[in-house]
Parts: sequence; structure tokens; C-alpha cells
Amino acid sequence: MTTVTRSLPKTSTPAVPLRRPKATTGFWSWFTTVDHKKIGIMYGAAALFFFVVAGVEALLIRLQLAGPNGTVLTASQYNTMFTMHGTTMVFFVGMPMAVAFGNYFVPLQIGARDVAFPRINAFGFWVIAAGGIFMYSSFLLGGAPNGGWFGYTPLTSTPIAGGALPGHGPDFWAVGLVMLGIGSTTSAINFIVTILNMRAPGMTLMRMPVFTWMMLIVAFLTVFAIPPLTAALIMVFFDRNFDTLFFVAAKGGDPLLYQHLFWIFGHPEVYILILPGMGIVSEVLPVFSRKPLFGYSVVIFSGIAIGFLGWGVWAHHMFATGLGPVTITAFGLATMLIAIPTGVKIFNWLGTVYGGAVKLTTAMLFSLGFVAMFTLGGLSGVMHSVVPADTQQTDTYFVVAHFHYVLFGGLVFAIFSGFYFWWPKIFGHFLDERLGKINFWVMLVGFNVTFFPMHILGLTGMPRRTYRYPAGYGWTGLNQIVSVGGFLVALATLIFVVNVIFSAVKRKPAGGDPWDGRSLEWSIPSPPPSYNFAQTPIVMARDDWWHHKYTEDAEGRLVALPTGGSDDDSPSAAIAKVNAHASEADGRGIHLPSPSFYPLLVAAGLPFLGYAAVYQDIYYLIPGLFLLLFGIYAWGLEPGTEEH
Amino acid sequence: MTPRRSRGRRLVLVAAAFLAVALAGCSEELKNNKQNSLQPKGPAAEKINNLFVPVTAIAIFIGIAILVAVVVLAIRFRYRPGKNENPKQIHGNTKLEIGWTILPALILAVIAVPTVSTIFDLAKDPGPQALNVVVEGKQWWWQFSYPDQKVVTADELVIPAGRPVKVHLTACNGTGAAKVCNVIHSFWVPELNGKKDVVPGHDNWTTIEADNPGTYLGQCAEYCGLSHANMRFRVIAKSKDDFAQWVSDQQQGPAVPLLGPDGKPAGDAQDLVVNTFACTNCHILDDSSKAAYGPNLTHLASRSTFASGTYPLTRDNLIKWVMNAPSMIPMESQGCRLPPGEKPCVGMPSFTENTPKGLPSMTRTQAEQIADYLLELK
Amino acid sequence: MSTVDTTHDTPGNDGPGPDSPGATPARLTPGDVVPVDPGHGGDDSHTGVANAKLAMWLFLSSDCLFFGAFIATYLLYRDRGGQTGPTPKDVFSIPFTSVTSFILLMSSLAMVLALAAIQRGDYRRFRIWLLATALFGAVFIGGQIYEFTEFTRKGLNVSTNLFGSSFFVLTGLHGAHVTVGIVWLMSLWGMSMQGRLTQGDAERVEVAGLYWHFVDIVWIVIFTVIYLLPQP
Repeated sequence: MTTVTRSLPKTSTPAVPLRRPKATTGFWSWFTTVDHKKIGIMYGAAALFFFVVAGVEALLIRLQLAGPNGTVLTASQYNTMFTMHGTTMVFFVGMPMAVAFGNYFVPLQIGARDVAFPRINAFGFWVIAAGGIFMYSSFLLGGAPNGGWFGYTPLTSTPIAGGALPGHGPDFWAVGLVMLGIGSTTSAINFIVTILNMRAPGMTLMRMPVFTWMMLIVAFLTVFAIPPLTAALIMVFFDRNFDTLFFVAAKGGDPLLYQHLFWIFGHPEVYILILPGMGIVSEVLPVFSRKPLFGYSVVIFSGIAIGFLGWGVWAHHMFATGLGPVTITAFGLATMLIAIPTGVKIFNWLGTVYGGAVKLTTAMLFSLGFVAMFTLGGLSGVMHSVVPADTQQTDTYFVVAHFHYVLFGGLVFAIFSGFYFWWPKIFGHFLDERLGKINFWVMLVGFNVTFFPMHILGLTGMPRRTYRYPAGYGWTGLNQIVSVGGFLVALATLIFVVNVIFSAVKRKPAGGDPWDGRSLEWSIPSPPPSYNFAQTPIVMARDDWWHHKYTEDAEGRLVALPTGGSDDDSPSAAIAKVNAHASEADGRGIHLPSPSFYPLLVAAGLPFLGYAAVYQDIYYLIPGLFLLLFGIYAWGLEPGTEEH
Repeated sequence: MTPRRSRGRRLVLVAAAFLAVALAGCSEELKNNKQNSLQPKGPAAEKINNLFVPVTAIAIFIGIAILVAVVVLAIRFRYRPGKNENPKQIHGNTKLEIGWTILPALILAVIAVPTVSTIFDLAKDPGPQALNVVVEGKQWWWQFSYPDQKVVTADELVIPAGRPVKVHLTACNGTGAAKVCNVIHSFWVPELNGKKDVVPGHDNWTTIEADNPGTYLGQCAEYCGLSHANMRFRVIAKSKDDFAQWVSDQQQGPAVPLLGPDGKPAGDAQDLVVNTFACTNCHILDDSSKAAYGPNLTHLASRSTFASGTYPLTRDNLIKWVMNAPSMIPMESQGCRLPPGEKPCVGMPSFTENTPKGLPSMTRTQAEQIADYLLELK
Repeated sequence: MSTVDTTHDTPGNDGPGPDSPGATPARLTPGDVVPVDPGHGGDDSHTGVANAKLAMWLFLSSDCLFFGAFIATYLLYRDRGGQTGPTPKDVFSIPFTSVTSFILLMSSLAMVLALAAIQRGDYRRFRIWLLATALFGAVFIGGQIYEFTEFTRKGLNVSTNLFGSSFFVLTGLHGAHVTVGIVWLMSLWGMSMQGRLTQGDAERVEVAGLYWHFVDIVWIVIFTVIYLLPQP
């Protein structure tokens, strides 16, 4: 790789509109940071915050449904609650949380010092934060989104005057999600370029950790899935506000066009959500079984297969819409097909644990929980692929059970596994293991108590998105159990928050490699110095860090290498030694990308443009455009790294 | 690390939780709630159930197997310092990979074959012997019309038992410039068939057939706005003769006339309905062959429920409804008018608060008069 | 001193290749710079395409799907029966649009020439061709605006019929892309005038060029699909 030097003509001085921030520590530095680690932490904190918000929305739903003909919420409030619960969990929790882990750990796992475009990385975060604030501001501005998290037309696309869904809720929803799409796409492009172009020498693609691989696949999925969503949202917004006819059936428009466009995004989206979780589990299980991932290549290729096949199953969300037997057969079979690579992964994870030396740390418990719960969710998914049965199950609590098993029992469990696994690396101290185990068990029980009965509720006739149900259907008892479970889940979340605070106070210090890890992030101190690697590592094998510590004997049994690797003269080992003990001060000679105001500034312009769109008011357009254009120009003129 | 026994205890707790849930699901009330897809009462629902049960059995078996595997592996291979600290580093096993790729594929293939044949079976047109019914989804009630019998009703779909019924699903009415469409709904009677969406602009149809006379409950299954939860209906299957009688009764004129021979309201209640509160802007009370904006009420009293099946048809309920319908079912009808002026009526307006422009408030006496009149419309 | 790499906007990747004989000292301290061996160390861990260019390719592939969704919508709705109001035949002027399309095509040629100019350090020609590109683009936009007003005068707007909705939104979004491109090109022109765009920055121009060519290609697809393909 040739590096290009830029030479400034000596005569001109760069005209910099704002003096560049210099601080890389301290409270205000977080607003201008371009450090992938800090950005990762911000993503994680934001996602956790929204997790609690969406959780409260769920609790309100469960309070309303705890008894028949509930009056805790009005119909209108309830409809907003389930819309915002779904929208928040998918777009402001699931995706950002994956990006949080990806941001922090992908550069570390590939031996890089940062991502390809650090300022764009920061921009992606601020856009998502702005999008969340923008969408939630609608609560105070006359009505939050209430069209369901997938916002079917013509319910959402009928103009306000038509009365289908009054208020600006759907407008905030559409515009907010377009904003989010911008953040997600830029983030994804950043990840792809980083992973493809910035791996340490010797790190071939097939030597990359599984988590990084999954983030690569997810990034490609994001880049291709978000545009159809953006297109669909633009059409909804235009129908609603400018009287276009995209979904006006009376003039020949087709509401199913929206569904096709949405689900062409929506199905890859669920893989965007789950693959990072699968990546995390693929890191945790080998470390705490002290064995490599069983069938690494197969797990990778299954992930790639899922990435491709995921584009061919979208209409399985539309089996009841009248597509005709040929179409639904094709999509039903494709859906069954995609169960195969998914199942293969499950077996590979079990194969990893088999014959290992299993340490049931909290991270391991959550990952094992993932394997079990995700399997259950996958099985109910297979039941959905049986199309005639799906016509009874779809749009009922059965499908609600299905997707919560894969997204909560799957993704959320994987996220918590990631928290407990990587917390010592990020913060330099452990999350308390005892509280962690209580966290796990309460969450496992609570989760199952909440979502298992929903299978039965759906099969016995309870549709989803209903703000109340009558007495006399036999649903009351089950709903009460579900509601109790919901509060157990809330309790588990509270225990986690308590753990975070307690552990921060207790500060049980963790070294660079507290778990005897396998990948490169464990080869540097905890927390890592700002420059990550004192020397860029030379990668000699998959699970490279592990191979600095262990080798295998003739039978394949693990043999620990002498500590300090004193008999290893290779450049790779020398570099690893330097990296493991480097401190912040040792990075004096290393130039990192400089902080910048502009990502935040440009991102701040977007909500103004959003309000301009929703209210069609030029007074918002002007500051928004100003921030956007000024910010982009100044950003373009600003060098990535300031010369000292 | 927790000792084996307390972990075992925890697992028992989890299993007990599952069991409690399963047991709670087995109540009689639940089983017989008439909206239970696991209680098929017609050929289509039976075919679906025949596919569902074995697939579910396989899924449950595999689910339990994996659950047990996870638990057993975690316990059996736990870290024992000094004994298995450095386990054999197995990287993979090609034969196993092939095996556990082919096995799920085979199971899925076995499931796929009856699935596909059932899809095509259920998609077959029921043929000329089927009764044709047109179902129109509105916000938030169901209109049922019988084109061959020229009958229009609402909320309760009466069909002959033992005979297929072809249900034409529409969300639009009118043609050309007068075409008006609603939002997407979904027609679902679990004990008779799976659901089929009502999509504006599409000519979806489905078949229902009840093996025996009885009542089968249904509900809209696609979120359609504020009162989606209240958009219920019922299918009432009657014997061949009873059905013929019902059709004939529905085809009659109103039991009590709306207008006299001079074209003026035939009584005080009718005067309230036609002139004072303009009910006839949205409802038809004297001709069961026509559809209007709101439900056709010509034979309202022949039904046992109203307000999209959410309330039994009783005097008290009717009085409350005509006075202040939005208090019983939330609707978007504050101050609305039909034909749509400033604000279209999505649902029925209230006559005690936010009354439609230009119309007076309704007193209780007036409501009682109207309710009594409605109850005579058998 | 590690090189300041502003083009890539990343910290320098200064690790050695896996086998650079004699290049690594026996003991390393942090901050040591190990010389890069350009022959090695890159092949397996780098695509060979610079970061910014790779990013632009990815963005453009994303934009492909975006336009694809609108083009598919147009095709779906073009043949829908029951539409009233002006049809494509009623409003399109193929000769006129052919001319504006040709002008846009020529702008891509100008862009190529502009890039070639800055790559060989000919800043004057670079600015001329860049201006030409932007000018042609602006003429195209002018043609679009004229066309839109003509159509509106003939009774076709976004709410008239499905054809109107899908046509205006698709071509409007394309026009917005072209406009952004013109602004970008003029910014590069401005920077060059201030002496802030040199031969070493040719890659920035190349990336802008990629965007510009993409916008042009999308128009070729739109022109073919919407204007040229036979109407039912």
C-alpha cells in the first residue's frame, strides 16, 4: 500500500472557519472525538438508553394487557407504544448496539489503529443520536409515530386530512428513519473499507475473527438494504404530504408495492440484526471452552450464504396478502432453505463446546442461552415457513413470540454476552460475576415467561397490535403471566444497570487478557491506549494471539508456550510483546486522526431539515441547510490529521 | 462457578416456569373460545391443522433436543483444573458438517412436500356450488354483501353449513372518479381458515366452509388504525333450510317503515333519524339490498351483536351507542360530516360532545326513542 | 516521523510485511517505525483500491438500489390500467430530451478530460474541463426544469396520475443528485483557484468523477427505460 503525502503550497494558509479542537480527554472531548473506541462507547450508551426507553414502552403495553378491556392506556396511546417499541428496538437499539461493538472491536481485531474514515464514523453516531431525539421529540409535538414499526400503507400514507392516522406521527417516523438510514449506510461503508483495506499484514480474510466477518457481511447487507427502505419512506412521505399517488388504490396505486419495498429491506434487516450477535457468540464460546470454533470456514460460509439467501425470502412476511400459490410456494421453499445454514451454525457452536473445558462465566451463560433460545426462535420460524400454517400464525401473538425469541433470546442475549465478555477490555475492570449470574438467570426465566405463552395466545386466536382483548376467550390468564414476565425482564435489566454501577465503584482490575482470549484485542492493555497497537501486529495464523500463547501437540492437545515467549524470535512475537505492555505515553510518535467539530455540526443540521420536512416550514430549512453546507465544506477542507 | 446441584435446581425452576405456562394454556375457556385455530371446524382449517401438528411435533422434538444438548454439554465438559485444562483442539470435522447439513435439509424436504400440495389445494377455486359473499373492510367494521341474493348486512356473516363460501375481499367501493378505498385489513376466522388480507386495489378472495352449524368468531388481523382491536365479526353457519329462511327474511323490506307513503318520516323516531340527527347520511334503514357509508341497519335486530361484534345488541348498549358511540369504541369522528366536508367521518360521531357541525346534541329520551325503533328492525 | 496521510484520512499503517528480511530490529520500542515493504504486507490484507475510492464505489452501489426501487416503481405503474390524465406519449418530446441527454453524456467526457488534466499537473486545463462539466450539467438541469414546467402546463403533475407521481419523483431525485454533483464540482473548481488542489489530490477529483459518471449512467438507464422503451 502506497501512502500519499499531501504537500501544501508554502504560500497559502488553510482558512479554517473554526479552530480545531485539540482535546482528546475530558467531557467535551466526547463531542469532537473521532476515536473509534470512544465512538463505540457512545453508540453503546445510546443503544442501552434506548433499550430502557423501549423497555418502558413494553412495560406499558404489558400493563395495558394484564387484564381484559384494560384502561391503562387509550387506544391511541397503545398504538403509539407498540409502534415506538418496535421502531426503537430495531433501529435505535439493535443496529446501534452492533455498531457499538463493531466500532470498538473490529479495528482491534484486525490490528488497525482506527477505521478508514474516523470523522464519518463520528458523524454516523451523531446522526443516529439526532434521529432518535428527532423521532422522540414527536411525543411533545402533537403525536408520536403510530403506524406500526413497518408502517404499512395506505394507513400511513393517507394524507392527514383523510383521517386514517391523524397527526404527524407517520411523518416523524418516515423522516426519522431516513435520517437513520444515512447514519447506518455511512457507518457500513466505513466498516467495509476498514475491513477490506486496513487489516494488519498477514491477516487474510480467512484469518479474521468471526465477529469481524459477521460485521463485514452485515455492512454489505446494510449498504444494499437501506436504499429500498429510503425509497419506500420517501414515497410514503410524498403520498402523505404532496398528494402523490404511489399507494392510492383508488387511482391505481398499489399498497403492496410498499410492502415489497419495505420487506426487501426488512428481511435483510433481521440478518443485519442477528449476525453481529452470532459473531459475538462465535467469539465467546471458543474462549470459554478453550477450543477453537468448530468448523470456522463453515460458520463463515454459512454467514455469507445467509447474507445472500436473505435477499430471496422477503415475501414470507406477505404470505397472507394474496400473492398467489406459485409465489408463496417459491418464497416458502426459499425460507426453508435459509434454515439450513442457520442450523449448521447451531451445530458448529455445540461442536465448539463439546470436548472443551467449559468455564460458565456470565458471558458464557448468555452465549449458551443464545444458542438455546435462538434455536427455539428458529424453529418457530420454520413453522412459519409452512405457508398454510403461517396464514393462521402471522399477525398474531405467535409471530410476536417467534421474533422475540430470535431477537431477544438471540440478539439481546448475545449483546449481554458481549457486555460481560468485553467490559474488562473496554473499561479495565470486570463486571461483577455474581451479579452477572443473577442477571442471566432472571433474564432467562423472565424472557421465557414473557414470550413462551405468546405462542399459545397466537394459536388460540389473539391477533397482534390490539390495544385490548375481551374477557371470556381464555386469554386473560396467559396475558397475566406474560405481563409478570415482562417485569421480570425489567428486573433483570435493572440488575445489569446496578452491576454496571457497582462494578465501576468496586473496580476489580482486569489485565490485558483476563479470559485467556484468542483474538488480537486481548493482546493489548485494558483499556487499550488511544493508539491501540504500539506496533502494527504481524498475523501468522487465525486466532493469532492464542498462537502466541499455545501450540498443539501431536494429538492436538493444547500445550502452553513458555510465558514471555522467550524462545520465539519472530518479528510477530516481538511486536506482540511490545503491544501487550505499551502505555499511553509510549505512543508519543504515533499520529492519530485529530478531533473535529464537523461531524457533530453536520449531523445537527439534519433534525432541522427533518422539522422542515414534517412541517413544510422554511424557517427550519434555512438553519438546517446552513449547518449542513457549512459543516460539509469546512469538513472537506479540514485535513484528517493535523500536522504538529 | 456454581456447584452442580444449585445449577440443577435453577434448571428445574426454568422447567417449572415452562410447565406452569403450558398448563395455564389448557383451560376449557381457551379451547372453546370459538376463535381457536387449533380447533378446526371446516375443511380448510382442518387441512392446515393436519400440516401444523406434525411440523410442530418435529419442532418441539428438535427444540427439546437442542435444549438438552446445551445443558448437558455445559455440565459434562466443564472446566476441571488439573484434569482437562488443555483440551484437544478440534478445528472441525468435514463428515459431521456434511451430515448435519444434509439431515436438516432432508427434514425440510419432508415438510416441504405436503406444504406445497396444501398451498395449491387451499388455493383452488371452490367452484360454482360456492356461495358468493363480498366482504368489504372498513374502519372499523365489516360489511357483508351477498351479490346473488342482493342482501347487505354487517358484523355477522351468515352462511350455509356444509357448503363452501367464496369470500371476495375488497377495501374499495365505487368506480372511476367516485372510487374510494380504505386501508388494509385482514379477514380471519381461525376455526374455518387461515387469514387473507383485504388489500385496497386487489381482488383477493378466500374460501370458508363450516362443517356444522354454529358460531365461529373472527377478527381483523392487520393493524388498521385506532380501533383495529375492536374490528371483530362472527360467522354464523346455519343449516340449509335455516339459511334459506334467513336469506328470505333479509330480502324483505324493513319491519317498520322509515318513510311514509308521502315520503316523510313515518314516526317520531324516524323523524329523529332522518331529519334531526341525519343518520340516513351514513346508514340505510329501509332497504337491505344497498350499501352505504355505515352499516346497513334494515334488519339490525336480526343480529345478536353490533358495533363490529364488540357489544351484544341490547337496549342499554344501543342507547349509549347512538348518544356517544366514541365512548364505547374509540373513533376518529370528532365534529365530522358526511359527505366529507372539513372532516371526514372515520367511524360514528358522538351526539353529546364534538357533535357534527350543524347537528344538535341528543338527549337521553331521544336516544331511547331511536334505540326502541332500531330494536324493531328485525 | 510517520507520514501524514490526509488522502486516506487514517493513521499510517506502518507495520512491516510478514517476511521482510533484515528489516526488523531485534528489540522494538513503541514509536519505532519499521519501514514499509511495498511489495509485501499489502497483498492479503488490502484490496489495492484506495479507501476513498472504495467508499465511493460502495456508496454508488447503494445508490443503484435506491434508483432501482424508483425505476421499478415507474415500470410497475406505467402500464397500470384505468389511469386518466396525460400519458407519456402526450407529454414527452424525445428529440428535446435526447439533446439534453447528449449534453449530460458530454459532461462525462469533460469530466474524464478534467481528471486527466489534473493527473498530469495541468491545472489550467483541469479548471476549464471541470467548469465545462458543471456547465453541461447545469444545462441538463435547465432542460429538466423546462421539461417539468412544460409537462405541468400540459396538465401533468405529481398528483395527476401514477405516471405523473412516479415520473416526477424519479427524475426529480435524479436531478437532485446532478445538482449536488454540480455543487461538488464547483467546490473543487474553487479550491483549485485558491491553489488548494494539486496533482497529489487527483484522487479527490477521481472520486468526484466516479460520482458524476454514475449520475450520468443512471440517466442513461432512466432515459432508455422511461423515454425510449415503447409505450403500451
